[in-house]
Amino acid sequence: MDLDQLGPAEWEAVRLSLRVSLVATLVSLPLGVFVAYALARWRFPGHALLNGLVHLPLVLPPVVTGYLLLVLLGRRGALGAWLEETFGLVIAFRWTGAAIAAGVMAFPLLVRAVRLAIEAVDPGLEDAAATLGASRVRVFLTVTLPLIWPGLLAGAVLAFAKAMGEFGATITFVAAIPGETLTIPSAIYTALQVPGREDAVLALVGISIAVAMAAVLLSEALARRAARRIAGT
Amino acid sequence: MTLSVCITHDFGAAQLDLGFEAPGGVTALYGPSGAGKTSVVNAVAGLLKPDAGRIALGGDVLVDTEAGVFVPVHKRRMGYVFQDGRLFPHLTVARNLAYGRSGASPDKVVDLLDLGGLLTRYPARLSGGEKQRVAIGRALLSDPRMLLMDEPLASLDPGRKAEILPYLDRLVAETKLPVIYVSHAAEEVLRLATTLVLIEGGRVLEAGPVAEMAGHPAIAGAVPEAPVGTVIEGVIGAKQADGLTEVTAAGGRLYLSDAPGTPGERVALGIGAEEITLAAELPAALGALNVLDVTVDAMRLSGQTVTIGLRAGPDRLTARLARRAALQLELRPGQRLKAIVRPVLRG
Repeated sequence: MDLDQLGPAEWEAVRLSLRVSLVATLVSLPLGVFVAYALARWRFPGHALLNGLVHLPLVLPPVVTGYLLLVLLGRRGALGAWLEETFGLVIAFRWTGAAIAAGVMAFPLLVRAVRLAIEAVDPGLEDAAATLGASRVRVFLTVTLPLIWPGLLAGAVLAFAKAMGEFGATITFVAAIPGETLTIPSAIYTALQVPGREDAVLALVGISIAVAMAAVLLSEALARRAARRIAGT
Repeated sequence: MTLSVCITHDFGAAQLDLGFEAPGGVTALYGPSGAGKTSVVNAVAGLLKPDAGRIALGGDVLVDTEAGVFVPVHKRRMGYVFQDGRLFPHLTVARNLAYGRSGASPDKVVDLLDLGGLLTRYPARLSGGEKQRVAIGRALLSDPRMLLMDEPLASLDPGRKAEILPYLDRLVAETKLPVIYVSHAAEEVLRLATTLVLIEGGRVLEAGPVAEMAGHPAIAGAVPEAPVGTVIEGVIGAKQADGLTEVTAAGGRLYLSDAPGTPGERVALGIGAEEITLAAELPAALGALNVLDVTVDAMRLSGQTVTIGLRAGPDRLTARLARRAALQLELRPGQRLKAIVRPVLRG
Protein backbone atom coordinates (compact mmCIF):
# COMPACT_ATOMS: atom_id res chain seq x y z
CA MET A 1 0.00 0.00 0.00
CA ASP A 2 1.36 3.37 -0.93
CA LEU A 3 -0.30 6.47 0.42
CA ASP A 4 1.48 8.56 -2.25
CA GLN A 5 -0.94 7.05 -4.72
CA LEU A 6 -3.74 9.12 -3.20
CA GLY A 7 -4.58 12.26 -5.13
CA PRO A 8 -6.30 15.32 -3.59
CA ALA A 9 -9.71 13.86 -4.54
CA GLU A 10 -9.02 10.67 -2.56
CA TRP A 11 -7.72 12.60 0.47
CA GLU A 12 -10.86 14.68 0.32
CA ALA A 13 -12.88 11.43 0.46
CA VAL A 14 -10.93 10.29 3.56
CA ARG A 15 -11.51 13.62 5.33
CA LEU A 16 -15.19 13.60 4.37
CA SER A 17 -15.66 10.03 5.55
CA LEU A 18 -14.13 10.85 8.94
CA ARG A 19 -16.34 13.93 9.32
CA VAL A 20 -19.52 12.17 8.18
CA SER A 21 -18.88 9.17 10.47
CA LEU A 22 -17.97 11.30 13.48
CA VAL A 23 -21.08 13.48 13.14
CA ALA A 24 -23.27 10.42 12.49
CA THR A 25 -21.94 8.72 15.65
CA LEU A 26 -22.11 11.75 17.94
CA VAL A 27 -25.61 12.74 16.85
CA SER A 28 -27.06 9.23 17.08
CA LEU A 29 -25.41 8.53 20.47
CA PRO A 30 -27.93 10.31 22.77
CA LEU A 31 -30.90 8.94 20.82
CA GLY A 32 -29.32 5.49 20.74
CA VAL A 33 -28.78 5.50 24.52
CA PHE A 34 -32.37 6.61 25.09
CA VAL A 35 -33.79 3.91 22.81
CA ALA A 36 -31.49 1.27 24.34
CA TYR A 37 -32.60 2.32 27.85
CA ALA A 38 -36.25 2.16 26.87
CA LEU A 39 -35.84 -1.28 25.30
CA ALA A 40 -33.82 -2.61 28.24
CA ARG A 41 -35.76 -1.16 31.17
CA TRP A 42 -39.32 -0.27 30.17
CA ARG A 43 -42.25 -2.43 29.16
CA PHE A 44 -44.68 -0.48 26.96
CA PRO A 45 -47.06 -1.13 24.08
CA GLY A 46 -45.06 -1.09 20.86
CA HIS A 47 -41.90 -2.43 22.54
CA ALA A 48 -41.50 -5.20 19.92
CA LEU A 49 -42.32 -2.76 17.12
CA LEU A 50 -39.65 -0.28 18.25
CA ASN A 51 -37.14 -3.10 18.57
CA GLY A 52 -37.96 -4.25 15.02
CA LEU A 53 -37.75 -0.75 13.63
CA VAL A 54 -34.33 -0.17 15.19
CA HIS A 55 -33.03 -3.43 13.71
CA LEU A 56 -34.55 -2.94 10.26
CA PRO A 57 -31.48 -1.26 8.68
CA LEU A 58 -29.43 -4.28 9.77
CA VAL A 59 -31.55 -6.74 7.77
CA LEU A 60 -32.90 -4.62 4.90
CA PRO A 61 -30.82 -4.28 1.73
CA PRO A 62 -28.96 -0.94 2.18
CA VAL A 63 -30.35 0.21 -1.16
CA VAL A 64 -33.86 -0.10 0.27
CA THR A 65 -32.90 1.92 3.36
CA GLY A 66 -31.38 4.58 1.11
CA TYR A 67 -34.48 4.66 -1.07
CA LEU A 68 -36.75 5.00 1.98
CA LEU A 69 -34.59 7.90 3.21
CA LEU A 70 -34.90 9.52 -0.20
CA VAL A 71 -38.68 9.13 -0.17
CA LEU A 72 -38.89 10.56 3.34
CA LEU A 73 -36.15 13.22 3.37
CA GLY A 74 -35.66 14.04 -0.33
CA ARG A 75 -36.58 17.54 -1.51
CA ARG A 76 -40.00 16.24 -2.51
CA GLY A 77 -40.20 13.76 0.36
CA ALA A 78 -42.82 14.17 3.08
CA LEU A 79 -40.39 15.37 5.75
CA GLY A 80 -37.80 16.79 3.35
CA ALA A 81 -40.23 19.23 1.68
CA TRP A 82 -41.42 20.43 5.08
CA LEU A 83 -37.85 20.93 6.33
CA GLU A 84 -36.99 22.98 3.23
CA GLU A 85 -40.13 25.11 3.47
CA THR A 86 -39.87 25.73 7.19
CA PHE A 87 -36.12 25.96 7.81
CA GLY A 88 -34.70 26.20 4.29
CA LEU A 89 -32.87 22.97 5.18
CA VAL A 90 -31.87 20.62 2.38
CA ILE A 91 -30.51 17.20 3.28
CA ALA A 92 -30.65 15.26 0.01
CA PHE A 93 -27.33 15.21 -1.88
CA ARG A 94 -25.53 17.05 0.96
CA TRP A 95 -22.92 15.72 3.38
CA THR A 96 -25.52 16.02 6.17
CA GLY A 97 -27.60 13.52 4.22
CA ALA A 98 -24.59 11.20 4.05
CA ALA A 99 -24.27 11.53 7.85
CA ILE A 100 -27.95 10.68 8.28
CA ALA A 101 -27.64 7.60 6.05
CA ALA A 102 -24.54 6.47 7.94
CA GLY A 103 -26.20 7.15 11.30
CA VAL A 104 -29.32 5.16 10.40
CA MET A 105 -27.25 2.22 9.18
CA ALA A 106 -25.03 2.23 12.30
CA PHE A 107 -27.94 2.75 14.72
CA PRO A 108 -28.77 -0.96 15.28
CA LEU A 109 -25.17 -1.76 16.23
CA LEU A 110 -25.06 1.17 18.66
CA VAL A 111 -28.38 0.30 20.29
CA ARG A 112 -27.49 -3.39 20.63
CA ALA A 113 -24.16 -2.66 22.34
CA VAL A 114 -25.65 -0.08 24.73
CA ARG A 115 -28.68 -2.24 25.50
CA LEU A 116 -26.45 -5.19 26.44
CA ALA A 117 -24.45 -2.90 28.73
CA ILE A 118 -27.62 -1.57 30.40
CA GLU A 119 -29.03 -5.07 30.86
CA ALA A 120 -25.82 -6.04 32.66
CA VAL A 121 -26.49 -3.37 35.30
CA ASP A 122 -28.46 -4.72 38.28
CA PRO A 123 -31.75 -2.73 38.38
CA GLY A 124 -31.53 -3.20 42.14
CA LEU A 125 -28.69 -0.67 42.17
CA GLU A 126 -30.96 1.88 40.49
CA ASP A 127 -33.70 1.11 43.03
CA ALA A 128 -31.20 1.59 45.84
CA ALA A 129 -30.15 4.96 44.43
CA ALA A 130 -33.81 6.03 44.26
CA THR A 131 -34.39 5.11 47.93
CA LEU A 132 -31.42 7.37 48.75
CA GLY A 133 -33.32 10.30 47.27
CA ALA A 134 -31.98 10.38 43.71
CA SER A 135 -34.39 11.36 40.92
CA ARG A 136 -34.57 9.23 37.77
CA VAL A 137 -32.24 11.54 35.90
CA ARG A 138 -29.72 11.55 38.74
CA VAL A 139 -29.91 7.75 39.03
CA PHE A 140 -29.15 7.47 35.32
CA LEU A 141 -26.28 9.98 35.41
CA THR A 142 -24.61 8.74 38.61
CA VAL A 143 -25.27 4.99 38.58
CA THR A 144 -26.35 3.68 35.17
CA LEU A 145 -24.14 5.84 32.95
CA PRO A 146 -20.84 5.28 34.81
CA LEU A 147 -21.49 1.52 34.85
CA ILE A 148 -22.31 1.33 31.12
CA TRP A 149 -19.68 3.88 30.05
CA PRO A 150 -17.16 1.42 28.58
CA GLY A 151 -19.97 -0.52 26.88
CA LEU A 152 -21.31 2.72 25.49
CA LEU A 153 -17.88 3.70 24.14
CA ALA A 154 -17.52 0.27 22.57
CA GLY A 155 -20.90 0.70 20.88
CA ALA A 156 -19.92 4.14 19.62
CA VAL A 157 -16.65 2.82 18.17
CA LEU A 158 -18.53 0.05 16.36
CA ALA A 159 -21.08 2.56 15.04
CA PHE A 160 -18.24 4.80 13.82
CA ALA A 161 -16.64 1.90 11.95
CA LYS A 162 -19.95 0.91 10.41
CA ALA A 163 -20.54 4.53 9.32
CA MET A 164 -17.06 4.63 7.72
CA GLY A 165 -17.99 1.62 5.59
CA GLU A 166 -21.51 2.63 4.63
CA PHE A 167 -22.03 2.54 0.88
CA GLY A 168 -25.40 1.29 -0.41
CA ALA A 169 -27.76 3.57 1.50
CA THR A 170 -25.45 6.57 1.08
CA ILE A 171 -25.06 6.32 -2.69
CA THR A 172 -28.82 5.75 -3.12
CA PHE A 173 -29.82 8.66 -0.87
CA VAL A 174 -27.16 11.29 -1.59
CA ALA A 175 -25.26 9.89 -4.64
CA ALA A 176 -21.46 10.34 -4.82
CA ILE A 177 -20.68 14.03 -5.28
CA PRO A 178 -16.97 14.79 -4.82
CA GLY A 179 -16.36 16.96 -1.75
CA GLU A 180 -19.98 16.64 -0.61
CA THR A 181 -21.03 12.98 -0.45
CA LEU A 182 -18.13 11.02 -1.98
CA THR A 183 -16.99 8.94 1.03
CA ILE A 184 -14.21 6.30 1.03
CA PRO A 185 -16.40 3.40 -0.18
CA SER A 186 -17.84 5.55 -2.99
CA ALA A 187 -14.33 6.73 -3.88
CA ILE A 188 -13.15 3.11 -4.08
CA TYR A 189 -16.09 2.26 -6.30
CA THR A 190 -15.50 5.30 -8.52
CA ALA A 191 -11.76 4.66 -8.80
CA LEU A 192 -12.45 1.07 -9.80
CA GLN A 193 -14.37 2.34 -12.83
CA VAL A 194 -11.28 4.17 -14.14
CA PRO A 195 -8.43 2.12 -15.66
CA GLY A 196 -5.03 2.72 -14.03
CA ARG A 197 -6.35 3.79 -10.62
CA GLU A 198 -5.71 0.38 -8.98
CA ASP A 199 -2.99 1.85 -6.73
CA ALA A 200 -5.36 4.47 -5.35
CA VAL A 201 -7.98 1.74 -4.80
CA LEU A 202 -5.41 -0.29 -2.89
CA ALA A 203 -4.46 2.66 -0.69
CA LEU A 204 -8.09 3.44 0.13
CA VAL A 205 -8.77 -0.24 0.85
CA GLY A 206 -5.77 -0.22 3.21
CA ILE A 207 -7.16 2.80 5.07
CA SER A 208 -10.57 1.11 5.36
CA ILE A 209 -9.05 -2.07 6.76
CA ALA A 210 -6.89 -0.14 9.24
CA VAL A 211 -9.83 1.92 10.55
CA ALA A 212 -12.11 -1.13 10.79
CA MET A 213 -9.47 -3.25 12.55
CA ALA A 214 -8.57 -0.50 15.01
CA ALA A 215 -12.27 0.00 15.78
CA VAL A 216 -12.90 -3.69 16.46
CA LEU A 217 -9.81 -4.01 18.69
CA LEU A 218 -10.68 -0.85 20.62
CA SER A 219 -14.27 -1.99 20.98
CA GLU A 220 -13.19 -5.39 22.37
CA ALA A 221 -10.79 -3.79 24.85
CA LEU A 222 -13.50 -1.41 26.08
CA ALA A 223 -16.00 -4.28 26.41
CA ARG A 224 -13.53 -6.17 28.63
CA ARG A 225 -13.11 -3.09 30.79
CA ALA A 226 -16.89 -2.80 31.05
CA ALA A 227 -17.13 -6.33 32.41
CA ARG A 228 -14.42 -5.64 35.00
CA ARG A 229 -16.00 -2.37 36.01
CA ILE A 230 -19.40 -3.86 36.70
CA ALA A 231 -17.71 -6.61 38.72
CA GLY A 232 -16.24 -3.74 40.77
CA THR A 233 -12.56 -4.65 40.65
CA MET B 1 -44.37 8.32 64.41
CA THR B 2 -46.62 5.42 63.47
CA LEU B 3 -46.46 3.72 60.11
CA SER B 4 -49.80 2.31 59.06
CA VAL B 5 -50.01 -0.08 56.15
CA CYS B 6 -53.12 -1.53 54.57
CA ILE B 7 -52.61 -2.90 51.08
CA THR B 8 -53.70 -5.55 48.61
CA HIS B 9 -51.73 -6.64 45.59
CA ASP B 10 -52.12 -9.47 43.10
CA PHE B 11 -48.84 -10.99 41.89
CA GLY B 12 -50.63 -13.66 39.88
CA ALA B 13 -49.02 -16.60 41.66
CA ALA B 14 -49.41 -14.99 45.10
CA GLN B 15 -51.67 -12.44 46.73
CA LEU B 16 -50.90 -9.81 49.30
CA ASP B 17 -53.73 -8.65 51.51
CA LEU B 18 -52.67 -7.25 54.83
CA GLY B 19 -52.64 -4.39 57.25
CA PHE B 20 -50.66 -3.53 60.37
CA GLU B 21 -49.34 -0.61 62.38
CA ALA B 22 -45.72 -0.05 63.32
CA PRO B 23 -45.73 2.23 66.36
CA GLY B 24 -42.05 3.26 66.32
CA GLY B 25 -39.22 1.23 67.81
CA VAL B 26 -38.29 -1.89 65.90
CA THR B 27 -41.15 -3.65 64.16
CA ALA B 28 -40.22 -7.08 62.89
CA LEU B 29 -42.04 -8.60 59.94
CA TYR B 30 -41.55 -12.26 60.66
CA GLY B 31 -42.57 -15.22 58.55
CA PRO B 32 -41.37 -17.93 56.19
CA SER B 33 -39.68 -17.17 52.87
CA GLY B 34 -42.18 -16.17 50.21
CA ALA B 35 -44.71 -14.90 52.78
CA GLY B 36 -44.70 -11.45 51.20
CA LYS B 37 -42.51 -9.62 53.72
CA THR B 38 -40.19 -8.05 51.14
CA SER B 39 -43.16 -6.95 49.02
CA VAL B 40 -44.58 -5.10 52.03
CA VAL B 41 -41.27 -3.29 52.57
CA ASN B 42 -41.04 -2.52 48.84
CA ALA B 43 -44.52 -1.01 48.97
CA VAL B 44 -43.49 1.16 51.94
CA ALA B 45 -40.32 2.26 50.08
CA GLY B 46 -42.25 2.97 46.88
CA LEU B 47 -40.57 0.26 44.80
CA LEU B 48 -43.90 -1.59 44.52
CA LYS B 49 -47.14 0.13 43.62
CA PRO B 50 -49.90 -1.85 45.33
CA ASP B 51 -53.15 -2.52 43.46
CA ALA B 52 -55.12 -0.94 46.25
CA GLY B 53 -54.62 0.41 49.74
CA ARG B 54 -53.14 3.12 51.88
CA ILE B 55 -49.74 3.65 53.49
CA ALA B 56 -49.11 6.57 55.81
CA LEU B 57 -46.25 7.61 58.05
CA GLY B 58 -47.68 9.74 60.83
CA GLY B 59 -49.85 12.30 59.04
CA ASP B 60 -47.97 11.96 55.76
CA VAL B 61 -49.84 9.84 53.21
CA LEU B 62 -47.40 7.94 50.98
CA VAL B 63 -49.90 5.81 49.08
CA ASP B 64 -53.65 6.17 48.77
CA THR B 65 -54.97 4.43 45.69
CA GLU B 66 -58.47 5.83 46.18
CA ALA B 67 -57.23 9.41 46.30
CA GLY B 68 -54.66 8.72 43.57
CA VAL B 69 -51.69 9.46 45.82
CA PHE B 70 -48.38 7.76 45.14
CA VAL B 71 -45.26 9.51 46.43
CA PRO B 72 -42.30 8.44 44.24
CA VAL B 73 -39.44 6.47 45.79
CA HIS B 74 -36.91 9.27 45.85
CA LYS B 75 -39.23 11.62 47.76
CA ARG B 76 -40.14 9.19 50.57
CA ARG B 77 -36.94 9.38 52.65
CA MET B 78 -37.02 5.73 53.61
CA GLY B 79 -33.57 4.35 54.41
CA TYR B 80 -33.61 0.93 52.79
CA VAL B 81 -31.00 -1.70 53.70
CA PHE B 82 -31.26 -4.48 51.15
CA GLN B 83 -30.48 -8.12 51.79
CA ASP B 84 -27.71 -8.02 49.19
CA GLY B 85 -26.29 -4.64 50.22
CA ARG B 86 -26.49 -3.10 46.76
CA LEU B 87 -23.45 -0.89 47.17
CA PHE B 88 -22.49 1.01 44.03
CA PRO B 89 -19.53 -0.98 42.66
CA HIS B 90 -17.93 1.99 40.89
CA LEU B 91 -17.82 4.20 43.99
CA THR B 92 -15.58 3.99 47.05
CA VAL B 93 -17.13 3.38 50.46
CA ALA B 94 -16.85 7.11 51.24
CA ARG B 95 -18.74 8.05 48.07
CA ASN B 96 -21.32 5.32 48.63
CA LEU B 97 -21.92 6.82 52.08
CA ALA B 98 -22.21 10.33 50.64
CA TYR B 99 -24.66 9.33 47.88
CA GLY B 100 -27.75 10.24 49.90
CA ARG B 101 -26.65 13.90 50.03
CA SER B 102 -28.16 14.67 53.42
CA GLY B 103 -25.37 17.14 53.98
CA ALA B 104 -24.87 15.69 57.44
CA SER B 105 -21.34 14.89 58.54
CA PRO B 106 -20.71 11.16 58.18
CA ASP B 107 -18.44 11.10 61.26
CA LYS B 108 -21.08 9.93 63.73
CA VAL B 109 -22.31 7.12 61.50
CA VAL B 110 -18.74 6.16 60.58
CA ASP B 111 -17.99 5.84 64.31
CA LEU B 112 -21.21 4.03 65.10
CA LEU B 113 -20.55 1.38 62.47
CA ASP B 114 -16.72 1.37 62.64
CA LEU B 115 -16.33 2.29 58.99
CA GLY B 116 -13.24 4.49 59.43
CA GLY B 117 -10.82 1.95 57.97
CA LEU B 118 -12.96 1.16 54.94
CA LEU B 119 -13.58 4.61 53.44
CA THR B 120 -11.15 4.44 50.51
CA ARG B 121 -12.00 0.87 49.51
CA TYR B 122 -14.26 -0.27 46.69
CA PRO B 123 -17.17 -2.62 47.54
CA ALA B 124 -15.51 -5.57 45.75
CA ARG B 125 -12.76 -5.40 48.39
CA LEU B 126 -15.14 -5.68 51.36
CA SER B 127 -16.25 -8.78 53.26
CA GLY B 128 -19.96 -9.59 53.43
CA GLY B 129 -20.28 -8.18 56.93
CA GLU B 130 -18.43 -4.98 56.00
CA LYS B 131 -20.67 -4.51 52.97
CA GLN B 132 -23.77 -4.70 55.14
CA ARG B 133 -22.32 -2.20 57.63
CA VAL B 134 -21.62 0.22 54.78
CA ALA B 135 -25.13 -0.35 53.39
CA ILE B 136 -26.60 0.47 56.82
CA GLY B 137 -24.42 3.57 57.06
CA ARG B 138 -25.41 4.72 53.60
CA ALA B 139 -29.10 4.40 54.45
CA LEU B 140 -28.61 6.27 57.75
CA LEU B 141 -26.77 9.12 56.00
CA SER B 142 -29.62 9.75 53.56
CA ASP B 143 -31.48 11.49 56.41
CA PRO B 144 -34.30 8.92 56.49
CA ARG B 145 -37.52 9.19 58.44
CA MET B 146 -37.50 5.45 58.92
CA LEU B 147 -35.21 2.49 58.32
CA LEU B 148 -36.35 -0.50 56.27
CA MET B 149 -34.13 -3.52 56.76
CA ASP B 150 -34.86 -6.51 54.53
CA GLU B 151 -33.08 -9.52 56.02
CA PRO B 152 -29.85 -7.57 56.35
CA LEU B 153 -28.11 -10.58 57.89
CA ALA B 154 -29.54 -13.38 55.74
CA SER B 155 -26.62 -13.47 53.30
CA LEU B 156 -24.04 -13.71 56.09
CA ASP B 157 -22.61 -16.79 57.81
CA PRO B 158 -23.20 -17.16 61.58
CA GLY B 159 -19.82 -15.62 62.47
CA ARG B 160 -20.51 -12.49 60.41
CA LYS B 161 -24.03 -12.28 61.84
CA ALA B 162 -22.62 -12.20 65.35
CA GLU B 163 -20.28 -9.44 64.14
CA ILE B 164 -23.15 -7.25 62.88
CA LEU B 165 -25.74 -7.78 65.60
CA PRO B 166 -24.02 -5.58 68.21
CA TYR B 167 -23.96 -2.75 65.63
CA LEU B 168 -27.69 -3.15 65.07
CA ASP B 169 -28.30 -3.04 68.82
CA ARG B 170 -26.30 0.18 69.06
CA LEU B 171 -28.02 1.68 66.05
CA VAL B 172 -31.47 0.98 67.45
CA ALA B 173 -30.48 2.41 70.83
CA GLU B 174 -28.71 5.52 69.52
CA THR B 175 -30.58 6.71 66.45
CA LYS B 176 -34.16 6.39 67.76
CA LEU B 177 -35.29 5.87 64.17
CA PRO B 178 -38.33 3.69 63.68
CA VAL B 179 -37.22 0.47 62.01
CA ILE B 180 -39.04 -2.15 59.97
CA TYR B 181 -36.98 -5.31 60.26
CA VAL B 182 -37.78 -8.20 57.92
CA SER B 183 -36.52 -11.59 58.97
CA HIS B 184 -37.27 -15.26 59.02
CA ALA B 185 -34.74 -15.82 61.82
CA ALA B 186 -36.58 -15.96 65.15
CA GLU B 187 -33.44 -15.20 67.17
CA GLU B 188 -32.76 -11.90 65.41
CA VAL B 189 -36.38 -10.89 65.77
CA LEU B 190 -36.53 -11.68 69.48
CA ARG B 191 -33.29 -9.88 70.09
CA LEU B 192 -34.02 -6.66 68.19
CA ALA B 193 -37.76 -6.18 67.87
CA THR B 194 -40.21 -4.34 70.08
CA THR B 195 -43.25 -5.10 67.91
CA LEU B 196 -43.82 -8.29 66.03
CA VAL B 197 -45.98 -8.82 62.93
CA LEU B 198 -46.36 -12.46 61.91
CA ILE B 199 -46.89 -12.78 58.15
CA GLU B 200 -47.76 -15.91 56.23
CA GLY B 201 -49.17 -16.38 52.74
CA GLY B 202 -49.50 -12.63 52.20
CA ARG B 203 -51.62 -12.12 55.33
CA VAL B 204 -50.98 -10.97 58.88
CA LEU B 205 -51.46 -13.91 61.26
CA GLU B 206 -50.99 -11.89 64.40
CA ALA B 207 -49.34 -8.69 65.54
CA GLY B 208 -48.42 -7.16 68.87
CA PRO B 209 -45.64 -6.19 71.29
CA VAL B 210 -42.83 -8.72 71.16
CA ALA B 211 -43.04 -9.52 74.89
CA GLU B 212 -46.58 -10.78 74.42
CA MET B 213 -45.85 -12.54 71.16
CA ALA B 214 -42.64 -14.37 72.07
CA GLY B 215 -44.52 -17.48 73.15
CA HIS B 216 -46.48 -17.70 69.90
CA PRO B 217 -45.95 -21.16 68.43
CA ALA B 218 -45.02 -19.67 65.04
CA ILE B 219 -41.96 -18.06 66.58
CA ALA B 220 -41.17 -20.23 69.62
CA GLY B 221 -41.15 -23.37 67.49
CA ALA B 222 -38.82 -21.76 65.00
CA VAL B 223 -35.95 -21.01 67.38
CA PRO B 224 -33.26 -23.61 66.78
CA GLU B 225 -32.40 -25.68 69.87
CA ALA B 226 -28.65 -25.11 69.73
CA PRO B 227 -26.39 -23.29 69.86
CA VAL B 228 -28.00 -20.18 71.18
CA GLY B 229 -25.80 -17.49 72.56
CA THR B 230 -25.00 -13.85 72.68
CA VAL B 231 -22.09 -11.71 71.69
CA ILE B 232 -21.47 -8.57 73.69
CA GLU B 233 -18.81 -5.99 73.22
CA GLY B 234 -16.33 -4.73 75.78
CA VAL B 235 -13.10 -2.80 76.22
CA ILE B 236 -10.01 -4.41 77.66
CA GLY B 237 -8.87 -2.80 80.92
CA ALA B 238 -5.71 -3.07 82.97
CA LYS B 239 -4.02 -6.45 83.39
CA GLN B 240 -4.73 -7.74 86.89
CA ALA B 241 -1.97 -8.82 89.27
CA ASP B 242 -3.10 -12.44 89.13
CA GLY B 243 -2.99 -12.58 85.32
CA LEU B 244 -6.69 -12.06 84.68
CA THR B 245 -7.82 -9.57 82.08
CA GLU B 246 -10.55 -7.13 82.96
CA VAL B 247 -13.09 -6.34 80.23
CA THR B 248 -15.61 -3.55 80.71
CA ALA B 249 -18.86 -4.24 78.91
CA ALA B 250 -21.89 -1.98 78.91
CA GLY B 251 -23.61 -4.22 81.46
CA GLY B 252 -20.74 -4.63 83.90
CA ARG B 253 -17.15 -5.80 84.45
CA LEU B 254 -15.99 -9.24 83.40
CA TYR B 255 -12.73 -11.09 84.03
CA LEU B 256 -11.09 -13.49 81.61
CA SER B 257 -8.03 -15.64 81.96
CA ASP B 258 -5.59 -16.13 79.06
CA ALA B 259 -7.02 -13.21 77.09
CA PRO B 260 -4.62 -11.63 74.59
CA GLY B 261 -5.10 -7.98 73.67
CA THR B 262 -3.93 -4.63 74.88
CA PRO B 263 -5.73 -2.22 77.23
CA GLY B 264 -8.22 -0.04 75.37
CA GLU B 265 -8.87 -2.59 72.63
CA ARG B 266 -12.47 -3.44 71.78
CA VAL B 267 -13.26 -7.11 71.98
CA ALA B 268 -16.31 -9.29 71.42
CA LEU B 269 -17.27 -11.74 74.15
CA GLY B 270 -19.44 -14.73 73.46
CA ILE B 271 -21.75 -16.04 76.18
CA GLY B 272 -23.50 -19.30 75.36
CA ALA B 273 -27.09 -19.68 76.54
CA GLU B 274 -26.07 -22.74 78.57
CA GLU B 275 -23.18 -20.80 80.14
CA ILE B 276 -25.48 -18.55 82.17
CA THR B 277 -26.68 -19.50 85.65
CA LEU B 278 -29.42 -17.37 87.17
CA ALA B 279 -29.96 -16.69 90.83
CA ALA B 280 -32.31 -14.48 92.81
CA GLU B 281 -29.57 -13.82 95.39
CA LEU B 282 -25.91 -14.70 95.41
CA PRO B 283 -24.69 -17.18 98.03
CA ALA B 284 -22.33 -15.68 100.61
CA ALA B 285 -19.35 -17.48 99.17
CA LEU B 286 -19.34 -17.82 95.41
CA GLY B 287 -16.74 -19.57 93.34
CA ALA B 288 -17.34 -17.55 90.20
CA LEU B 289 -15.67 -14.48 88.71
CA ASN B 290 -18.33 -13.00 86.54
CA VAL B 291 -21.68 -11.84 87.82
CA LEU B 292 -23.94 -9.42 85.97
CA ASP B 293 -27.08 -7.68 87.21
CA VAL B 294 -29.79 -8.57 84.73
CA THR B 295 -33.50 -7.97 84.17
CA VAL B 296 -35.80 -10.59 82.69
CA ASP B 297 -37.15 -9.38 79.38
CA ALA B 298 -39.08 -12.28 77.88
CA MET B 299 -39.45 -16.00 78.33
CA ARG B 300 -40.44 -18.83 76.12
CA LEU B 301 -41.08 -22.46 76.92
CA SER B 302 -40.34 -25.15 74.36
CA GLY B 303 -40.50 -28.71 75.61
CA GLN B 304 -38.68 -28.94 78.95
CA THR B 305 -36.44 -25.97 78.19
CA VAL B 306 -37.07 -22.32 78.93
CA THR B 307 -35.28 -19.71 76.84
CA ILE B 308 -34.98 -16.41 78.69
CA GLY B 309 -34.20 -13.03 77.20
CA LEU B 310 -32.22 -10.89 79.65
CA ARG B 311 -31.01 -7.31 79.67
CA ALA B 312 -27.72 -6.32 81.24
CA GLY B 313 -27.70 -2.56 80.81
CA PRO B 314 -28.05 -2.01 77.07
CA ASP B 315 -26.79 -5.52 76.27
CA ARG B 316 -29.16 -8.38 75.72
CA LEU B 317 -28.36 -11.92 76.77
CA THR B 318 -30.12 -15.17 76.08
CA ALA B 319 -30.10 -17.85 78.77
CA ARG B 320 -31.49 -21.34 78.68
CA LEU B 321 -32.64 -23.26 81.73
CA ALA B 322 -34.37 -26.53 82.40
CA ARG B 323 -38.04 -25.98 83.06
CA ARG B 324 -37.77 -27.15 86.67
CA ALA B 325 -34.90 -24.73 87.36
CA ALA B 326 -36.92 -21.89 85.85
CA LEU B 327 -39.92 -22.76 88.03
CA GLN B 328 -37.76 -22.55 91.17
CA LEU B 329 -36.87 -18.96 90.21
CA GLU B 330 -40.54 -17.98 89.65
CA LEU B 331 -39.49 -16.08 86.55
CA ARG B 332 -41.51 -13.10 85.39
CA PRO B 333 -40.73 -10.20 83.01
CA GLY B 334 -39.09 -7.27 84.77
CA GLN B 335 -37.64 -9.46 87.49
CA ARG B 336 -34.12 -8.55 88.64
CA LEU B 337 -31.65 -11.40 88.90
CA LYS B 338 -27.96 -12.14 89.20
CA ALA B 339 -26.48 -13.89 86.17
CA ILE B 340 -23.33 -15.93 86.73
CA VAL B 341 -21.76 -16.10 83.28
CA ARG B 342 -18.75 -17.73 81.65
CA PRO B 343 -17.75 -15.49 78.75
CA VAL B 344 -15.22 -16.50 76.10
CA LEU B 345 -13.23 -14.21 73.87
CA ARG B 346 -14.32 -14.35 70.23
CA GLY B 347 -11.67 -14.20 67.55
